[in-house]
Amino acid sequence: MSVEQRDPHSGYLTTGHEWNGITELNTPVPRPVYVFLILTVVFSVVYWVLMPAWPLGSSFTKGLLGADDRAALARSIQQATATRSAWTDQIAGKSFAEIEADPRLMADVRRAGHTLFGDNCSVCHGRDARGGKGFPNLTTSSWLWGGSPEAIAETIRVGINAPHADSRVSQMPAFGRDGILKRDEMENVVAYVLSLSKPPALGDKVAAERITAGKAVFAANCVACHGAEAKGNPELGAPDLTDAHWIHGNDENSIYADVWGGLKGQMPGWEGRLTPIERKILVLYLIDLRSKRP
Amino acid sequence: MIGQLTRTERQIALVILICVAAFGLAIAAAGKDDPIGAHGWLIMVLCIFGVFGVISGYFAPEPSEERLDSYYDEPSRVGIVLSMAWAALGLFVGDWVAWLMVDPALTFDAAWASYGRLRPVHTTAVIFGFGGNALIATSFYVMQRTSRARLPDQLSPLFVLLGYNLFCLLAVSGYLLGITQSKEYAEPEWYADLWLVIVWVTYFVVYLRTLARRKEPHIYVANWYYMAFILVVAMLHIVNNLSVPVSFGSAKSYSLFSGVQDAMTQWWYGHNAVAFFLTAGFLGMLYYFLPKRAGRPLFSYRLSIISFWGITFLYMWAGSHHLHYTALPQWVQTLGMTFSVMLLVPSWASAANALLTLNGAWHRVRDDATLRFMMVAAVFYGLSTFEGSFMAIRPVNALSHYTDWTVGHVHAGALGWVAMITFGSIYAIVPWLWKRERMHSDRLVEVHFWLALAGTIIYVIAMWNSGIIQGLMWRTYSTSGTLAYSFVDSLIAMKPYYIARAIGGLLFLIGGLVGCYNIWMTIRTAPRGVSEPSIAIPEAPLAVIPGRPGAAPQSAE
Repeated sequence: MSVEQRDPHSGYLTTGHEWNGITELNTPVPRPVYVFLILTVVFSVVYWVLMPAWPLGSSFTKGLLGADDRAALARSIQQATATRSAWTDQIAGKSFAEIEADPRLMADVRRAGHTLFGDNCSVCHGRDARGGKGFPNLTTSSWLWGGSPEAIAETIRVGINAPHADSRVSQMPAFGRDGILKRDEMENVVAYVLSLSKPPALGDKVAAERITAGKAVFAANCVACHGAEAKGNPELGAPDLTDAHWIHGNDENSIYADVWGGLKGQMPGWEGRLTPIERKILVLYLIDLRSKRP
Repeated sequence: MIGQLTRTERQIALVILICVAAFGLAIAAAGKDDPIGAHGWLIMVLCIFGVFGVISGYFAPEPSEERLDSYYDEPSRVGIVLSMAWAALGLFVGDWVAWLMVDPALTFDAAWASYGRLRPVHTTAVIFGFGGNALIATSFYVMQRTSRARLPDQLSPLFVLLGYNLFCLLAVSGYLLGITQSKEYAEPEWYADLWLVIVWVTYFVVYLRTLARRKEPHIYVANWYYMAFILVVAMLHIVNNLSVPVSFGSAKSYSLFSGVQDAMTQWWYGHNAVAFFLTAGFLGMLYYFLPKRAGRPLFSYRLSIISFWGITFLYMWAGSHHLHYTALPQWVQTLGMTFSVMLLVPSWASAANALLTLNGAWHRVRDDATLRFMMVAAVFYGLSTFEGSFMAIRPVNALSHYTDWTVGHVHAGALGWVAMITFGSIYAIVPWLWKRERMHSDRLVEVHFWLALAGTIIYVIAMWNSGIIQGLMWRTYSTSGTLAYSFVDSLIAMKPYYIARAIGGLLFLIGGLVGCYNIWMTIRTAPRGVSEPSIAIPEAPLAVIPGRPGAAPQSAE
């Protein structure tokens, strides 16, 4: 039973069906719908003819333009590399000192280094390279493994306590946990170490006694790595304990925790991930950063 | 709920519950050293509660034979309530995740509260919890009315609804426990997936059985869409989740696909989930509730045919546009892109059909926030389908892919289209289902509307900005020929937009909570009355004069 009725508003007939009060008009499809439908189909067909589009068993239609994503990518990488080689070749060929003396090359280093450092190093060392607790500040003159360009380059290449075959290896024993030192010995040595960078108030007899006792503990246990003067040893990655730079904090509790539990910092080696030129740019970027901040 | 079941159905319900409880116990025992064990216990405990529920109503008098002359709306009522509960949860977690992008410390150092676990809780709760329950609830309602046929029995629709919610619960609690198969929008593991297959096939059978009993000779458009939704989602779900579990006692499984085939299967699923879950299902809602609420005949039957077959045929090809410029062969990308472009016209035809239906009823759009929800939904549907086709074009995608533009696009669709049409339909259906004269407060519907619209617009504009800035920053080269910005630089540039997005989300969440309150108060306290012709199944089609439908409810007038 279908009864078409005329809609007084639009003037069109209904289809004659009705569902719980809903009816439908038999309005013809507006012309623009067909026009745009045909336009999009024509666009698609043209695109299929020009570009790789339809599968043919083990192959596919290649398209008249011969477009090939992989080839296009290879080409554009080649072009970009060629453009960059104007300055990257000089980075590769010149020594650190020569590059540092060339302001135009250093401008390239700053631009490229900013992104390289931001994408690879800033997770640990911070965007400004100032580090944080447990992560060294790279803008100072204090470097665990040496601050010469060559030493920095090697650290970046092999990493610290990393899986790399030539990795720099270093570990501070856990004097407390492994029972090497007693609690008072550790407290004394902490007092001594602290006194090297922060001399105690004059006349504090208790402190003076602890420092003297601590010095003996230090001489017996710590000098092998940190040196008799406690100036550290970049060959072993042992930090200078007399300067103002502290990776793991310079309050009594932090130093005690380090002595008690030991330390074994880690940094990945970047040889497999960054090219030699990229690593060299990073070294120069850090030296440049350091030179700007006293 | 139990009172509506026949004695036999109560017995079957008990058998099902006991079987599933035993299954839960088996999982709990086999997986006692695995996260799956917790799910075994959860399944068992819920089923035992269910058993007690059935027993407590077991000796209630059986429903009379007269019930068969009226529609069966109990599953729809339960579904609407569950839908709003999931909305509250999903929107809350969504806004939490948005603030997490502003301040990463908001995870409180807890594994369960990490971004990777909360984010799927948000997506699953809103898409499957809120959207899915609303689809099931309205589909049962619409199917019965437009077929003039009662659901085939009392138990299977309830099984579908509650079984589906068990799936959602397993999904969401699983993420918090760290259970996921890491496929976007298909995160639940094998056992939850298998359960959903059982539930979904039952859903399909319920639908076909109702359709087979219909008294209307023609099948209304809304049902085409609901059917496409149910059928295709079953197909997508089964294929994308083909996997081999490590063991019966392990939550972990390995996908049947690997590499680029896995990616293609996943995005064939992912895009068609957008197409057939988030589009086809909700178009079913639109095609019923919008003309009904507007009291207007549908603008064009012919146009709806073009839209339906266009969408159904073309969407299937479009998934590969999620994988432009990847390891996927270029010819597959070409097909994905061109079919996405062709898809625009049928999509716009649906939006136009909805908006042109409102001709002659624009004064109602002005006065009735419920109808306005549906109107705005149609506008956002048109907007986001245009944007989708545009973003599928390869050079455009090169800029937009992996940026917040995608997030903005998804939310233009999810907030502007899916949630708006759902809220509009729920505000229409609640007085009908609970036999109230009208909603508790029309003013609160109005408040909800403006909160939702403002929230969506703030959200989408913030993400357009941040997405395009991100995309441009990632492709800007310095004069040295190297990338000008690191990723962290782009992240810092995003921060103001992330704050704006979280505020937009907060407005949307508040709107949703206002809606929950209003619906609750309608159920509890609104005056009883008839806003829809009785639930009795009419012997003959309702006599309706087009343009002046006596049958259309007009609670706002």
